[in-house]
Amino acid sequence: MEDQGKAYWFATLKLIASILAVWALVSYGFGILFASALDNISLGGYPMGFWWSHQGAMYVFIALIFIYAKLQDNVDRKFNVHEE
Amino acid sequence: MSLQFLTYLVVGATFALYIGIAVWARAGSTGEFYVAGGGVHPVVNGMATAADWMSAASFISMAGLIAYMGYGGGLFLMGWTGGYVLMATVLAPYLRKFGRFTVPAFFADRYYSKAAAATAVICLLVASITYIIGQMTGVGVTFARFLGVTNEMGIYLGMGIVFCYAVFGGMKGITYTQVAQYCVLISAYTIPAIFISFQLTGVPIPQLGLGASLVGEDITLLAKLNQVVTELGFGEYTTALPGSKLNMFVYTFSLMIGTAGLPHVIIRFFTVPTVKDARLSAGWALVFIGILYTTAPAVAAMARYNLHATVSPEILSGAPLVAEGAGLLHADRPDWMKRWEVTGLLSWEDKNNDGRIQYYNDNSKDPKFAAAGWQGNELTVNRDIIVLANPEIALLPNWVIALVAAGGVAAALSTAAGLLLAISSAISHDLLKKIFVPDMSEKNELLAGKLSMAAAIVLAGYLGLNPPGFAAGTVALAFGIAACSIFPALMMGIFNKNMCKYGAISGMAVGLFITLFYVFAHKGIFFFKGTEYLGLIGGANSFFGITPEAFGGIGACLNFLTAYVVSKFTPPPPDHIQAMVENVRTPRGSSAVTGGGGH
Repeated sequence: MEDQGKAYWFATLKLIASILAVWALVSYGFGILFASALDNISLGGYPMGFWWSHQGAMYVFIALIFIYAKLQDNVDRKFNVHEE
Repeated sequence: MSLQFLTYLVVGATFALYIGIAVWARAGSTGEFYVAGGGVHPVVNGMATAADWMSAASFISMAGLIAYMGYGGGLFLMGWTGGYVLMATVLAPYLRKFGRFTVPAFFADRYYSKAAAATAVICLLVASITYIIGQMTGVGVTFARFLGVTNEMGIYLGMGIVFCYAVFGGMKGITYTQVAQYCVLISAYTIPAIFISFQLTGVPIPQLGLGASLVGEDITLLAKLNQVVTELGFGEYTTALPGSKLNMFVYTFSLMIGTAGLPHVIIRFFTVPTVKDARLSAGWALVFIGILYTTAPAVAAMARYNLHATVSPEILSGAPLVAEGAGLLHADRPDWMKRWEVTGLLSWEDKNNDGRIQYYNDNSKDPKFAAAGWQGNELTVNRDIIVLANPEIALLPNWVIALVAAGGVAAALSTAAGLLLAISSAISHDLLKKIFVPDMSEKNELLAGKLSMAAAIVLAGYLGLNPPGFAAGTVALAFGIAACSIFPALMMGIFNKNMCKYGAISGMAVGLFITLFYVFAHKGIFFFKGTEYLGLIGGANSFFGITPEAFGGIGACLNFLTAYVVSKFTPPPPDHIQAMVENVRTPRGSSAVTGGGGH
């Protein structure tokens, strides 16, 4: 049981870490650090770095929360700790 | 029908709608305040959270700031939405499982100490009052314009109305009122944006219009805007930075963790029926917030373009932009400029006595401006007016202008009222009743709550009259304060079960102190004018060029660090606290904690 609990928490932390890795990549990465480089690519009429900062990151954020909710629910069920 | 009358009519009608819904919902059941989310679908709850969250800063001020900041303004967009990802993954589900209704109550239990709760109350008060100053600035701008009075008068009126609204109270807790407010707010924001996007680019979706080409021209809106603003000596729109990349990075970080640490936002997730719903609600809230936030950059760029096109008719005629005799004749200025001049938020000073408006960046050293006989920028436009003036600048029908007024009022009032309720409950319940005067009667508790509300309004109003900055900038400070104090302690409370009260309290104290020290150096002690002490810290933005609004991110790192080190050298939390943290980490049994929907 103790091992199960540890494994559940480990799986949860792994999931959160991967969600937050994407979160950081699109905002701090594409939106800020690499923005100047990405600006050389044009996306529609947008310079791409500008687009990530003013549009793209937000779309990804929304998707991330729903993906997280779904995957975390899977983890909860797998370890049988979900709400009845 | 005159614009003034139409404005009264629309604002009045929306108020009648909110009150009507509040009365109707109350008739249904009385004890609903705490379980507002109980029988409500996560989608509806998300919409209500979005209305609660989007304040005068989001609605009135943000697009205006982005319009001036250009690319760097993206830090508001990413910061204020990215925080929801943090909230959904590291806070909301666990706090829901924990099952306390206020943030100080969480601290009291998790850190088994009244001192921790008191520290949390102090952090909460500083953050909330700073936040309300921003709301007051926004309320002042809105009332000034739509009642045709000065900005000061607008703030006085706003203070009175906010007070009545907050004392009238419970309205705030009613989810369906907030759903109505969301609908007013979002249509007031998107309808003008759709009109303007269509006018400029022929694309009715602002998110796509921003990347589209101008009607009848071969050049994209953004490229044209870049041309115009650089010609006038401003930084290029799609690359302009707020100070430095590092500052933008830290600023964004500060807003993100501040979002996840602001008490009045977190509270929304305490009341959803299940842990699973807490995760989903954050997602739905962000969907509804995202509709406004992805529209805002389009509003910003288009407003900036329209403003320049208005005062420099050469942009449309193709004549040289910077030349003798360029610029709009002040006598020919459109009506909206006359209306805003009354408020004092837009002003013109004819420095070269040519009767024309020259609007450019006079910090630019480019000799072409002097050669053209331009003797300094002549037009001052307060950034907070951009969204409200936007439909007027684009010559949209009067009903759209009236609708925007109603949206601005809804955004400012709903958030201000929510914050005031958070302040009054923190002082009367969490601080007085729970810590200092346990035997206080319920009547006195209520009175203490109302008095603290009134005091907060007077203080915020006074500081709003001596504003530390634009609404969104001031609100950003509040996020910094929440970021440096509350978020780290909340997160460590869940993810580090060895975190003890000594670590948490010293972390919060260090984070808050350092951040306030840096902020007050720039903005004055408790934002009172004349008490700045920039000399002491070695000049403005002396810490690697970090602006005070962004400093919360640094404060948060110091908070984490201090707490970690202190916890290594102090006794760990008692076993039952560690067991409680273990329990919080799994969703099962969430209904037992608060009794679920069984209230």
